[in-house]
Amino acid sequence: MTTILDKPGFNPDRKYKIIGTSPVKHDGFDKVTGRAKFAADAFLPGMLVGKFLRSPHPHAWLRKIDISKALKVAGVKAIVTRDDFPEIKQGTGGGDMTRIAMAREKVLWEGHPVAAVAATSEAAAKAALKLIEVEYEVLPHVIDPVAAMQADAPVLHDYMRTKGVKGPDAERPTNIVERLVLSVGDADSAFKDADVIVEHEYDTKPMHQGYIEPQSCIANASEDGQVELWCCTQAPWVYRDRLTDILKLDSAKIRIQQSELGGGFGGKTTFYAEPVAILLSRKAKAPVKMTLTRVEVLKATGPVSGTHTRIKMGCKKDGTIVAADAELVFQTGPYTGSAFTNAPQAMFTRYDLKNVKTVSYEVVSNRPKVSSFRAPCVPQAVFGVEGVVSELANRIGMDQIDFRLKNAIVEGHKTIYGEVFTKIGFVETLKAAKACDHYNSPLPKGWGRGVACGFWFNRGGETAGTVNLAPDGTLTIILGTADVAGSRMSMSMMAAEEFGIPVDRVRSILADTHSLGYNRVTAGSRTTFSSGMIVVDASRKIIAELCRRAAKIWGVPEDGVVFEDGHCRPASSNVGDFTPLSMKDIASKTTYTMGAIAGHSEMNVTGAGPGFGLHIVDVDVDRQTGLVAIKRYTVVEDAGKAISPQQVEGQYQGGAVQGIGWALNEEYIYGADGRLQNAGFLDYRMPVASDVPMIDTVIVEVPNPKHPFGLRGVGEVPVTPTMAAIGNAIGEAIGIRPRSLPMSPPKVLKLIEEARVKGLGG
Amino acid sequence: MLLQAAREKGNLAKIRRATVGGDTGQGGSMTGLRYESPPTLDAAVALLNNAKGLARVLAGGTDVIVQMETDLIEPELLVDIKKIPGLRTIVAENGGFRIGATVSGMEMVEHAALCATWPGVIDGVKLIGSIQVKGRATIAGNLCNGSPAADSVPPLAAAGAVARVIGPQGTREIAVAKIPAGPGKTHLGKGEIVESIFLPARAKHSGDAYERFTPRTEMDIAVVGVAVNLTLDTSGVVISARVVLGAVAPTILEPADCAKAIVGTRLEEAALEQLAAAASAACRPIDDKRGTREFRVTVAGVLARRVAQKAYDRARHIA
Ligand SMILES: Cc1cc2nc3c(=O)[nH]c(=O)nc-3n(C[C@H](O)[C@H](O)[C@H](O)COP(=O)(O)OP(=O)(O)OC[C@H]3O[C@@H](n4cnc5c(N)ncnc54)[C@H](O)[C@@H]3O)c2cc1C
Repeated sequence: MTTILDKPGFNPDRKYKIIGTSPVKHDGFDKVTGRAKFAADAFLPGMLVGKFLRSPHPHAWLRKIDISKALKVAGVKAIVTRDDFPEIKQGTGGGDMTRIAMAREKVLWEGHPVAAVAATSEAAAKAALKLIEVEYEVLPHVIDPVAAMQADAPVLHDYMRTKGVKGPDAERPTNIVERLVLSVGDADSAFKDADVIVEHEYDTKPMHQGYIEPQSCIANASEDGQVELWCCTQAPWVYRDRLTDILKLDSAKIRIQQSELGGGFGGKTTFYAEPVAILLSRKAKAPVKMTLTRVEVLKATGPVSGTHTRIKMGCKKDGTIVAADAELVFQTGPYTGSAFTNAPQAMFTRYDLKNVKTVSYEVVSNRPKVSSFRAPCVPQAVFGVEGVVSELANRIGMDQIDFRLKNAIVEGHKTIYGEVFTKIGFVETLKAAKACDHYNSPLPKGWGRGVACGFWFNRGGETAGTVNLAPDGTLTIILGTADVAGSRMSMSMMAAEEFGIPVDRVRSILADTHSLGYNRVTAGSRTTFSSGMIVVDASRKIIAELCRRAAKIWGVPEDGVVFEDGHCRPASSNVGDFTPLSMKDIASKTTYTMGAIAGHSEMNVTGAGPGFGLHIVDVDVDRQTGLVAIKRYTVVEDAGKAISPQQVEGQYQGGAVQGIGWALNEEYIYGADGRLQNAGFLDYRMPVASDVPMIDTVIVEVPNPKHPFGLRGVGEVPVTPTMAAIGNAIGEAIGIRPRSLPMSPPKVLKLIEEARVKGLGG
Repeated sequence: MLLQAAREKGNLAKIRRATVGGDTGQGGSMTGLRYESPPTLDAAVALLNNAKGLARVLAGGTDVIVQMETDLIEPELLVDIKKIPGLRTIVAENGGFRIGATVSGMEMVEHAALCATWPGVIDGVKLIGSIQVKGRATIAGNLCNGSPAADSVPPLAAAGAVARVIGPQGTREIAVAKIPAGPGKTHLGKGEIVESIFLPARAKHSGDAYERFTPRTEMDIAVVGVAVNLTLDTSGVVISARVVLGAVAPTILEPADCAKAIVGTRLEEAALEQLAAAASAACRPIDDKRGTREFRVTVAGVLARRVAQKAYDRARHIA
């Protein structure tokens, strides 16, 4: 059976009425008026407050937990510890998940949950937490991933053996989860053809997604075993399946409703308090709300991986890159799951390289388990790659964009991970960058300008949705993919375009997990693409049904009816002289035809179009303090087709701003005791509005022929080159390119001194 | 190792109820916290003096509430001084200004005469948090919180500001510079409250300035802060100077060598070099999450030069 995946019906000549405009998104008014209902805004009668007790130690055996005194505190209704969780074998997916939710044998980072209390007030809960007696046997800890790889490092899990290693090293307990080699050609010998070789080591630090809304949930477990859960999540179905896994529940017994999301960026793809709140609610026989504090968010929810990398690339004098070689170490926190395999797949993908060798390691250490973040693990690798690329271009005296154009991949390229690209827009993006005002503007004296580019796969995957037609001719769309950036409006726009009706006749909502088939997480820049496919498919089904009903009403054959601009019309004058029927005309009479009209679509969506972008940044560096000011910033990126240009711009700008924070100041600062010292926004230095200039954007549109409207994903590419571009700009300004994040004033000041000593730079 | 049993009981629900008016409606109060809002300073002093456990004055609350929220302190008593009449005024006095203990930062920033007279003090006040934070924050709170990085304290000290302190033993006047005693500590005794801060009249041909270094443009805590208040003769030679450093030692510092480096000069390059060296030499910073020792030492010198120049330019402009 042909589906929309085979026949998306993309038409490059189609004139759009709604796509390409920027209506106010569904959550727009509610967010600016304060009416938006975030997870913490829900209340249930009789609701209790849940609070965590967390480990003060980064690494310790959990010998004994005594809750007897705490249970006696007035107002305390339930306490949950490891004893309340079903045992699942260590080192398995479920085993790791249950141990992240609640420590079992060991505590593995400062902030690891050890117990939780539900009480009638926060004060009672806090009082009880102090009365829980925990006996720890403190162990040596390790924070840095390279230190954790050493033979004498404290081992977190004595059962762990490195995957992908043979010989005696494979027998020893280790913190190295996996060693992964991904290669094409023969890099070692290809370097012989290089005229110039550049090789450096780089490091990046974990950064937090920095969503403003802390995680919050309400669990309501009833006596008949049903569980209702309200929470802020990017992945209701994933939460459901993992919760049923670790709590041994049937999916039919747990219904998860996502709230309005106050930022996620990948950080809300995995649960924290949710399983604990469910167990507390079960024990207390009352709804339990758990809202993390900012300190808890920073100490115990996932940042992104920090990395240590070594990158080597060589090129000929004419600019052809001949080989690339990389070694990459990814820190994942105490358990595997960093998605580090993205990095070797994506880090060089935009250059036509015949010879590449990559060796990657994932390493556990005593810090919070990392979570997803825009283009997981890729920007860290690109920080080094684009530094090397820029240096190669400088060394052979070639323009930065020309050098990248010389090596750019085009349609038909086979990637290192085996995918063969259909139409891609990398060359178009580079050309647009070269032509843009920023790249051609003179650089004020003393400033530095850097460019860097990046790639992200963009994803599809399992998606389900429904479109309902109401008797008055309006449409409601039921979606399962969390709306992290206005996708509800994009869905409404795509449906409105398909039907030819005004967009305010369409409203999209987010369903609970009982209402639709499986929806994968909103991540990988997949939602507007995948749910968009579903919505168009369901819309087309409705249109076909409308034509059938019109044919029935008119008593003509089905193929005698066509649908245009929201109306069924006779296909030609031969069919008969009928007044066109509006959607309302048909939908209001369904009692007399065959009942309500709705369109459903469930698919494993394929055909996502890869995304490419290039960033240009100008910086001014205070030569006496090392302070870097971002003076001008331009993001050039291929969107395929911008459904709502304003939201696409928002993605470009947001990615760049998050990258600016990661580049300049954000870092986790640990004391020698393995405790996080800056668990708050005062000292975890995310950029504030006045730290960033207006980010200019250039939206390139090279349509993805696999989508009805040609769109690609745009959520992750915008952060991939940011730190590299800023690093390159700082290097141009001061003479030495920083290779360690964050590029904070003390570190930049040291480089300025070094450049002065070596007589480099300005 | 056993976790310590409960020491003091705290109840944030109650403080929220008292200060913000929000009640979660869930009973079961565990509170050990008292919130009082006395009508007079004497009553406030008596409450503080009679407190059994930890007691705190509550002014803007931008430090106190944050410290309670993050469990850094668990006071037994909060004494809100905002309802005491007469404390929320800026009054001209002997050519200077008396700033009441509950005057907010924004009220100072919007006071034209104060801004014109003590621009360096206002530089410091302007740097405290955001407009919203300054809408509540007071300079007495900034001072009494005892942070070595407090932004209004170096310029107040450089200006020779004097605090009027009311306590169980009566009233005393004490230089602002003498109040800080180390991180989180002051030289105020039990029951003592800063009633007001007095900024003296400004000398002719004088100017002041304050700058801090932070990696971000705002909403950050000073890694180094420098205040300079100087007076010139009619020919532009510095005849007196006060240079105060913040965030580079457990308390603010006023190194004599800094002032010496610029007195008798017109801030020629050599004088500025010497000032920078003296400022760097005086620093006794720690390595911490906000900056390394080495960096603080260097930047103290850099800022001292820049701030001295700014104060000098202001002095000439005033002249
Ligand atoms: C987001 C944010 C950003 C901030 N940024 C900065 C910044 O950039 N620079 C900076 O310096 N500070 C900053 N602060 C800290 C704080 O705002 C200031 O220290 C402020 O001036 C404190 O004043 P307050 O009136 O709010 O004090 P409160 O919190 O009410 O009190 C602070 C302390 O002083 C005591 N106290 C208050 N008034 C008196 C009095 N009259 N007599 C005796 N004791 C008293 C209190 O008991 C308490 O110990 C920031 C705070 C926040 C929340």
